[in-house]
Amino acid sequence: MPKDTSIKSVLIIGSGPIIIGQACEFDYSGSQAARSLREEGVEVSLINSNPATIMTDEVTADHIYLLPLTVESIEQILQERQIDCVLPTMGGQTALNLCKEASEIGLWEKYNVRVIGLDLHTIETTEDRELFREYCEKIGLKSAPSMVANSMLEGKDAAQKIGFPIVIRPSYTLGGTGGSIVYKPDNFEKLLAHGLQSSPVHEVLLDKAVIGWKEIEIELLRDNNDNVIIVCTVENLDPMGVHTGDSITVAPAVTISEKLQQKLKEQSIKLIRNIGNFSGGCNVQFAVDPVTEDVIVVEINPRVSRSSALASKATGYPIAKIASKLALGYSLDELENQITKTTSAFFEPSLDYIIVKIPRWNFDKFHGADTTLGFQMKAVGEVMGIGRNFNEALQKACQSLENRKIGIGADGKSWTRIQDVLDSLEKPSWDRIFKIYDAINLGVPLSSIHKLTQIDMWFLNQIKDLSLIEKEIRKYTLDTLPKNLLEEAKINGFSDAQIAWILSVDEDEVYAKRKELGVMRVFKTVDTCAGEYDAATPYFYSTFGVENESIRSEKKKIIVLGAGPNRIGQGIEFDYCCVHGLLALKEEGYEAIMINCNPETVSTDFDVADKLYFEPVFWEHLWELIEHEQPEGVIVQLGGQTALKLAEKLTERGVKIIGSSYNSLDLAEDRGRFSDLLKELNIPYPEYGTAHNADQALEVAKRTGYPVLVRPSYVLGGQRMKIVINDDELEMAVLDLLKHIGDNQILIDHFLDRAIEAEIDAIYDGETVKIMGVMEHIEPAGIHSGDSNAVLPPFSLGPFIIDTMKEYTEKLCKALEIRGLINIQFAIKDKKVFVIEANPRASRTTPFISKAYNIPYLNYATKIMLGTKKVKDFEYKEKMEGYAIKEPVFSFNKFPGVSKELGPEMKSTGETIRFIKDLKDAYFRQLYREKSMFLSK
Amino acid sequence: MELTNLNQEAVLLLEDGTVFRGKQCGNAGIKVGEINFVVGMTGFQEIFTDPSNCGQILVTTNTHVGNYGVAPNESASNKVQIAGLVCNKFANNYSRVQAEKGLQELFEENDVVGVEDIDTRALVRHIRSKGSMLGILSSNGEKIDELKRQLKDYPKNNTTDLLKNVSTPQAYTVGEETAKFKIAVLDLGVRKNILDNLVWHDAYVKVFPYNTSLEEINKFQPQAYLIPNGPGNPNDLREVIRMIQTILKTDKPLLGLGLGCQLMAISQNVEVVKMNHGHRSDNQPVKNLMTGKAETTIQSYSYTINREQAEKSTLIQITHVNLNDEVVEGISIKNKKAFGVQFLPIIYTKEHDSAYIYDQFFELIK
Repeated sequence: MPKDTSIKSVLIIGSGPIIIGQACEFDYSGSQAARSLREEGVEVSLINSNPATIMTDEVTADHIYLLPLTVESIEQILQERQIDCVLPTMGGQTALNLCKEASEIGLWEKYNVRVIGLDLHTIETTEDRELFREYCEKIGLKSAPSMVANSMLEGKDAAQKIGFPIVIRPSYTLGGTGGSIVYKPDNFEKLLAHGLQSSPVHEVLLDKAVIGWKEIEIELLRDNNDNVIIVCTVENLDPMGVHTGDSITVAPAVTISEKLQQKLKEQSIKLIRNIGNFSGGCNVQFAVDPVTEDVIVVEINPRVSRSSALASKATGYPIAKIASKLALGYSLDELENQITKTTSAFFEPSLDYIIVKIPRWNFDKFHGADTTLGFQMKAVGEVMGIGRNFNEALQKACQSLENRKIGIGADGKSWTRIQDVLDSLEKPSWDRIFKIYDAINLGVPLSSIHKLTQIDMWFLNQIKDLSLIEKEIRKYTLDTLPKNLLEEAKINGFSDAQIAWILSVDEDEVYAKRKELGVMRVFKTVDTCAGEYDAATPYFYSTFGVENESIRSEKKKIIVLGAGPNRIGQGIEFDYCCVHGLLALKEEGYEAIMINCNPETVSTDFDVADKLYFEPVFWEHLWELIEHEQPEGVIVQLGGQTALKLAEKLTERGVKIIGSSYNSLDLAEDRGRFSDLLKELNIPYPEYGTAHNADQALEVAKRTGYPVLVRPSYVLGGQRMKIVINDDELEMAVLDLLKHIGDNQILIDHFLDRAIEAEIDAIYDGETVKIMGVMEHIEPAGIHSGDSNAVLPPFSLGPFIIDTMKEYTEKLCKALEIRGLINIQFAIKDKKVFVIEANPRASRTTPFISKAYNIPYLNYATKIMLGTKKVKDFEYKEKMEGYAIKEPVFSFNKFPGVSKELGPEMKSTGETIRFIKDLKDAYFRQLYREKSMFLSK
Repeated sequence: MELTNLNQEAVLLLEDGTVFRGKQCGNAGIKVGEINFVVGMTGFQEIFTDPSNCGQILVTTNTHVGNYGVAPNESASNKVQIAGLVCNKFANNYSRVQAEKGLQELFEENDVVGVEDIDTRALVRHIRSKGSMLGILSSNGEKIDELKRQLKDYPKNNTTDLLKNVSTPQAYTVGEETAKFKIAVLDLGVRKNILDNLVWHDAYVKVFPYNTSLEEINKFQPQAYLIPNGPGNPNDLREVIRMIQTILKTDKPLLGLGLGCQLMAISQNVEVVKMNHGHRSDNQPVKNLMTGKAETTIQSYSYTINREQAEKSTLIQITHVNLNDEVVEGISIKNKKAFGVQFLPIIYTKEHDSAYIYDQFFELIK
């Protein structure tokens, strides 16, 4: 069926701020959708309140509405613009719910807008647990025995009938919010109450828990002509019992026979064919009894999802892009395979590699949180490793996590007490995969590990191979290590750092040995078809083999370092920055090369960069890539702290850092050097000192006076920062820090109590400083800037103060020899301006300012870094009336019992933008009144 | 368990002199065969036992093979048909409750020589650019020159020999004698699942050796005929082609699958030629031109129907094409109750995209 030509203008609904369970994967799908529709000549309007997204950028859509995701905003858009259709399947559950709400009050009907992609009643069938169960029954599929409860009484009654363990699933929530699994009757009442409260309709479904069954996900596409393809089958390493968003997953499925695969496909097709009109991407989750291979349908999501983003990156098949075209009426066989460009989009990809996804958690940010994994998702981000075997992919994913792991095991951090290890196997948390390795190393039989974890023996056997290799390497020294063993280790994903640890040598020595023996990486293409057809798309991963497919071009080239997995303090905003960096590089005639390992991002979309390397942002992988590509330089300013911290080693190796040099970066990051510089420049800063133990800390505090801010010296998002008011508290804080961070230096700053916080983002080209924006925080100092409401421009600071801030900014840009971006944080107390810190890179607020003023600052900054343009070469027309507020958004509801109080450690997971006309705005006044409400000190 | 074989080297030498080195898996030994690649991600037990692949050295592109072992009743025939396997990671351990043994055991029982730790992607890209060719696989440690000599001396594959290997020596029946339909199958290497599907459609099926005469077959008084998949070059099977022509003189339905479909095309004077590297996978996209619907199919063939001739032919009609490379995937014979598809409706479930093939066939019988 060809495209419906009556569709001229489409509204895409975004997913709003990043929260746990709904992250930047929807920026990826929304951006793809917008671009895909525009390719078809359709005018795209887009609503999303999240300013840190690429989808809300002029490069993506025609008309952007940075408005709260409410029916009022929708009506405003419909009044302003002729919209033919709305596409609600790209913005997660938030978009579906908003679309449904708008339908219920008759908005779509009133403005004659057609909902495309799915029938609205589909949402009810798939979201209302009871309806869904009935639906499965009707089409002859099995789902877990279950009952609906709308009250405590009904709930308790149901539990008695179903028996334990039992799963509580609140209706109409996302990421399993409020859900839990209850093993014993003791905890049931408390968790049932929590579940009921979490559901907007005060309803839960109580399922018989099928703990330990295989959990399999199918990503499929269906078109108007009822054609269906399975894009990817994803197998969860963690069996049923752990939310799929919190599970380690593998694609393609590895323990599924052809017969079972067909059965799952048949059931998926039945589920999607009978659900009504649907054209687009859909996710189906199954539980499979490992003994009988009986199948139970767990859930179906008739929209693109976190899993479909992963499946897209895993297979190279752009699900959101194709799904959007299907919504316009195309059928799959009319579209081309976007990777090969010569074959059909009606095609189930073949993989000749394997991917492993590992979630990234941030439990350290939620003190007191239950860190056990269960039915409610708790991860804030994820990484994907691509390899030519499971172990390689698994280790690459571990190397991508940035939790100071260098792979699985072999890092001196193994646990050695058997009982502790066994306990951690039974209660899955973020580190279970590492503990499995420890258990194997300690000689625990695989069968016992299987009993505790229910993880398929095949996976356990693979991990055992790693342990055997480690033991084998131990028999040698670096000099005597045989080539075939080194090869075997590298094929199994061991990093040079791991091998170095085993052999007690330096990482660089292992690398040198590899080079001498010729055990080097090659790069292979992700092509959807396992090499059956030629691929036109430069999407690569590294592995060990005989053929390299990534041919170095003669063009001048630059590598952009990505930010790795999303986490609190470093999220989607850096993906936004990287994408703009890549586009700017292309505009300046460079070959733009991206390296990143976060499958949720737009920067890892295969048609954003000229070349994409889906690799850990990890020294070893980066260095081999640099040796292969020999770029003119590397951009580290756009990928947050992850990228920045690689600058030192790159500089040591003589690789050019584009923009501010490593020395500038270090000058700003090193507290001592930076304070000396401030002193020299006559810029006030809070008194500070450094300490290695509690005694030294007390001495510093005596000098600076209380309150003081205590923190480790290298941190992200204010991790483990504390404000203390007396000696006792300081001592406690220091001891606690030393326990967690070892011998790291501790910084102690005098805390400017009740000061106003403000910040500036600026660009410097060596001649002219451009102040991008000045922001004033509504909350007083003491709350991390990422958790504060920031107002652009300032609402209470006088011109003298603002000029002083600008003057300091200018001085610092020059003294630090910034080329490109800088963010400076200020505290204003008693009319005196203090500089708290300077970040010589793109900041969390850079995208916010760009959006508020509608100026492509990231594009400009990249060109200035390159030196191809100067500040004065650009126009700066600020298109904003009134003020813009950057509001933090939290995910505390995922962690019942965790204190909501705010402090110097960042806790928000996302942000929204809100425009106000003037300071009389009711919303602003409310925020202002409550500014100290959640202050912890 | 010991650390996976660090030392047992194995080597693959191609006809054009290219050498790939890896480690031994399966049986130790030496094997020569046509080398072809399979890009599917499941169904290895089925592929290795598929008579269409008889005598071949197969390259699997999936990273791991053998993870879920070998289950009873899931083989495509009663033995392993391939001569050798080239793969990336060969499973030493398998995990599936239903499985009765591992791939290693199966290969040892059936004398299949394997090599693992091969950059299979590089190999596939090589075959794709050079076309399928002969290969020799050895884990005996012979010198390359010796292997070259053996490869050169290897006799060309003879289709009749292949058929002798895969076809049943004696006719046999499946299904209940009381079933509604009687169908004759000429065993060119039929996959078991195809027979199962006939039985599920309420048929009593008799399977005849490849060299049975039509007279002999007709003693069974079948209501319809099925010429199934099999190995080799269809142009060598003049007898079968003549048999098809004779069947088509009657009004009885005829279904051709894979090799059977190719033979039907030749019987109508449409040329069938060897492809550069054939189609072998479970994800071949096919468009049914009769219904406008697309389907994902299982394929295992090396010979294709000349599309230009098929388009011009007054005797046949193209019913299916491949969505990727646009080759002919199905034909019907005009004014006859006869049709064939190049893909194999290997079906375990009713909702399968290709389930209609059998329905359509039985519809013709009714």
